[in-house]
Amino acid sequence: MNRPLLTVEHLTMRFGGLTAIDDVSFTARDREITAIIGPNGAGKTTVFNCMTGFYKPTVGRLTLDRGDRKFLLERLDDYQVAQRAHVGRTFQNIRLFPGMSVLENLIVAQHNRLMHASGFTVLGLFGFGGYVAAERAAIDKARYWLDRVNLTERADVNAGALPYGAQRRLEIARAMCTDPVLLCLDEPAAGLNPRESHELNELLRFVRDEHKIGLLLIEHDMSVVMGISDHIIVLDYGRKISDGSPAEVRSDPAVIRAYLGEDEDEAKSAGDRA
Amino acid sequence: MEYFVQQLINGLALGSIYGLIAIGYTMVYGIIGMINFAHGDVFMIGAFVALITFLVLGMIGITWLPFALLLVLVVAMVVASVYGWAIERLAYRPLRGSFRLAPLISAIGMSILLQNYVQITQGARVKPLPPLIQGGFVIMENDGFTVSLSYMQIIIVALTVILMIAFSALISRTALGRAQRACEQDRTMAALLGINVDRTISLTFVMGAALAAVAGLMFLVYYGVIDFFIGFLAGVKAFTAAVLGGIGSLPGAMLGGLLIGLIETFWSAYFTIEYKDVAAFSILIMVLIFRPTGLLGRPEVEKV
Amino acid sequence: MRTSSGNAIGVNSGFDFLAALKEAGMAAGVALALSFTIIGMRTTGQQGGLGVEFRWNAVAIAVVLVFIGRFLLVLWRQRAKPLASADRDRMMDRVGAMVQHWSKYLGAALFAGAVAIPLIWSDNRYVVDVSTLVLTYIMLGWGLNIVVGLAGLLDLGYVAFYAVGAYSYALIALHFGWSFWICLPLAGILAASFGVLLGFPVLRLRGDYLAIVTLGFGEIIRIILLNWYSFTKGPDGLSGIPRPSFFGLEFTRSPDDGVTAFHEFFNIEYSSVHRVIFLYYIILALALLTNFFTLRIRKLPVGRAWEALREDEIACRSLGINPTNTKLTAFAIGAMFAGFAGSFFATRQGFISPESFNFGESAVILAIVVLGGMGSQVGVVLAAVVLIGGTELFRELALYRMLAFGILMVAIMVWRPRGLLAHREPTLLLGSATERTGGDR
Repeated sequence: MNRPLLTVEHLTMRFGGLTAIDDVSFTARDREITAIIGPNGAGKTTVFNCMTGFYKPTVGRLTLDRGDRKFLLERLDDYQVAQRAHVGRTFQNIRLFPGMSVLENLIVAQHNRLMHASGFTVLGLFGFGGYVAAERAAIDKARYWLDRVNLTERADVNAGALPYGAQRRLEIARAMCTDPVLLCLDEPAAGLNPRESHELNELLRFVRDEHKIGLLLIEHDMSVVMGISDHIIVLDYGRKISDGSPAEVRSDPAVIRAYLGEDEDEAKSAGDRA
Repeated sequence: MEYFVQQLINGLALGSIYGLIAIGYTMVYGIIGMINFAHGDVFMIGAFVALITFLVLGMIGITWLPFALLLVLVVAMVVASVYGWAIERLAYRPLRGSFRLAPLISAIGMSILLQNYVQITQGARVKPLPPLIQGGFVIMENDGFTVSLSYMQIIIVALTVILMIAFSALISRTALGRAQRACEQDRTMAALLGINVDRTISLTFVMGAALAAVAGLMFLVYYGVIDFFIGFLAGVKAFTAAVLGGIGSLPGAMLGGLLIGLIETFWSAYFTIEYKDVAAFSILIMVLIFRPTGLLGRPEVEKV
Repeated sequence: MRTSSGNAIGVNSGFDFLAALKEAGMAAGVALALSFTIIGMRTTGQQGGLGVEFRWNAVAIAVVLVFIGRFLLVLWRQRAKPLASADRDRMMDRVGAMVQHWSKYLGAALFAGAVAIPLIWSDNRYVVDVSTLVLTYIMLGWGLNIVVGLAGLLDLGYVAFYAVGAYSYALIALHFGWSFWICLPLAGILAASFGVLLGFPVLRLRGDYLAIVTLGFGEIIRIILLNWYSFTKGPDGLSGIPRPSFFGLEFTRSPDDGVTAFHEFFNIEYSSVHRVIFLYYIILALALLTNFFTLRIRKLPVGRAWEALREDEIACRSLGINPTNTKLTAFAIGAMFAGFAGSFFATRQGFISPESFNFGESAVILAIVVLGGMGSQVGVVLAAVVLIGGTELFRELALYRMLAFGILMVAIMVWRPRGLLAHREPTLLLGSATERTGGDR
């Protein structure tokens, strides 16, 4: 079994009087694909936002163990989560830089390394330092990921002009350009057609096996997740109701109840707070 | 002590004026999330319309003050409302869903436009109006220093209180108020549920403009001089009031207005009058840094 | 009115005249309500108070104009419906792209023209003066373009940094007698420090709060300059600000002992135009510095991060970009260029007072950036030439100048929010340029 990469303990998030996540604990392991699933409004995206520093959790500890160093994610600002702990993420409603080219999107993702190389701009202004070489390396890395996601030919096109599926792939490539140890994907398959969805599965497996990092993904759709996940966590109304391998989860009566909506009539209007 | 009480009274009157303008900022911000930079200039236009109406009434011989005041109030509110409506229709509505800075820049443009429009049509010089409502009560007298409460101040505060009560009722009881609150929460959803979003937003601007016109009339009668530039400072201060009270909150706007009025008055009274505008701006910066949700505002959860 | 005949034509040509008339009538009604008091009755000073002068003809003109304008607009919209805003945007983007494409040559031509102006009009001080003024605004526009166009931060108090630069130079030069060339960088650094001082607390705020805070800051600076008499001489302003020298050569007819004058050194006849021309070349150089800096920094990580922040701040944070620091650099660098421009302004005028640094100036600079196209360097030049040069030419219309700026700002935001010539080329391309085909059309 791989070592735990992310350990979430007693995560609770309240917005005013509304409890979006209620005492959720789970582990995501290195070199594994962990999926968080659950019906609309189960609090999946809120878990993500707590992990990546966009929300400060009300209660809970989120430990990222990179092997050499440990990070308490709840104590970091959002940008520090990416900068220091190297947790990359995508968004449910894709957030690219639409007015910038595809390649530029990937170069911006390597900002921190390039900032060092450009001597925090001062040296770079005059063309000193290793900036030229660093930029070339950044382009090479971008090209590598463009090849992976089949966007090399559209590298110089504005990201906003790409079709939907390509935007999703670009967002994943951009997150990978930050060299994450843990990649968090918020509904990466949403809006994709079956062929694109299949390609996505291939890409995620590739990332896990070749780049040897952990993946955490939110999916709404059980069938997509079953194929590629090593480990599944099921949330419902902010609580964890099941946790285990795909086979275990599939046969868990609590999961079946949540999905078939046995007690739909008392479903509180939790709303998707994503 | 007497001096203090006198400043308190003066501050409350000034604060009422700021509070009425601040409501316009806070309502518009609540519903479409933008700062209506031109709102201060609507206040200025309200003051000008009031001045013009006073003069015309004087010319045609309507001089019984209560009736004249009422007429002026109505005319100023109606005309300013049309301005509020037209501004939204021309400069803001076409920009919904446009890029982030567009409505702000458009609002700045509108503010510049209105100021210069009034400067051209009405002239750049200050316009004095002889005091209409004189006299008042003396509430304290000590060592030759009298604390007076003028009728004007009573009218200002009373009118503000009445308007606030009517307005709160309007927002909390009527269908329009409900539609407005629904649009604040989720405009798309409100539209899906059959709320006429365009109309609701227009009415928000109209109401804000009408209240600003009342404030304009009060300013005119209270200070007795106006010019085309009064909207700039009053606007920024009223916006500060809205932020201080918690933007989006109506009671907050009123409270913020009173606080800004008091702070400004006391600052001028006890420190230096030259820097009274600096005081207001510094408060704005301080509030935004230390308590961006204001005194009565709800914390804003960022949509990720 | 030709309502009936209009209807008959309307059926044939696809115009709905009745609808257009109705719309135009409504617009005219609104125009009447708007103009009835403010335009129709002018308050005039009379003995013993104010009077009212009626101007119904002006109201009538306004209402008729609105009616006709609205009528034609509605008709045009009926006919031109297929050309939706997206098409129009694409069309204008193509124009922008063309300008961008030719900007190499256009830039060279403009540069050559700018260098040649004082040589051609060396005996016409007015032309050189106006050109200097235009260049000052170009430089300010380019400086603000870093903040607004690249980083997407709406700075409404840009003139405050201009003021800091101007007063820094004036005070240092007057008190310590340091030369312009030492004070220039100092003024830039001081202005940048003010930018950091203001920016650090407020840049984490939402964009629209930033706008109003910078507006407030601009006013604070002006009020302080106006009231701190012992330091700034308040409304009287500072005069006798030293002029710059040409490598130690003074531009005076009879210099002090031990100082060589420009005309003596080059053995030419003294002319007051020399200094004017020299100042012109200084601002040209400063403006070009701003331009090259902007072009260069756009291709550096920090420049790309600015643009990325403008596009989507949340995405930036998810990529590990520190938003506050990144914005702060943009803010400070923009302020620095304003500081440079300010010290130039001080040395050129020889006299400064808080009057020169009011909100109107900020608005003019913003109008230049907005009109030209946010992020477009050539656009700023064209806008500055048209707005500043144009108003210099039509001085008698000065009263209407700001009114026109206001209308332009609103109209451009409605019509083309990113500015007339806004078009963005990627800062780097993958592989050879030939690969760049299709896609964005």
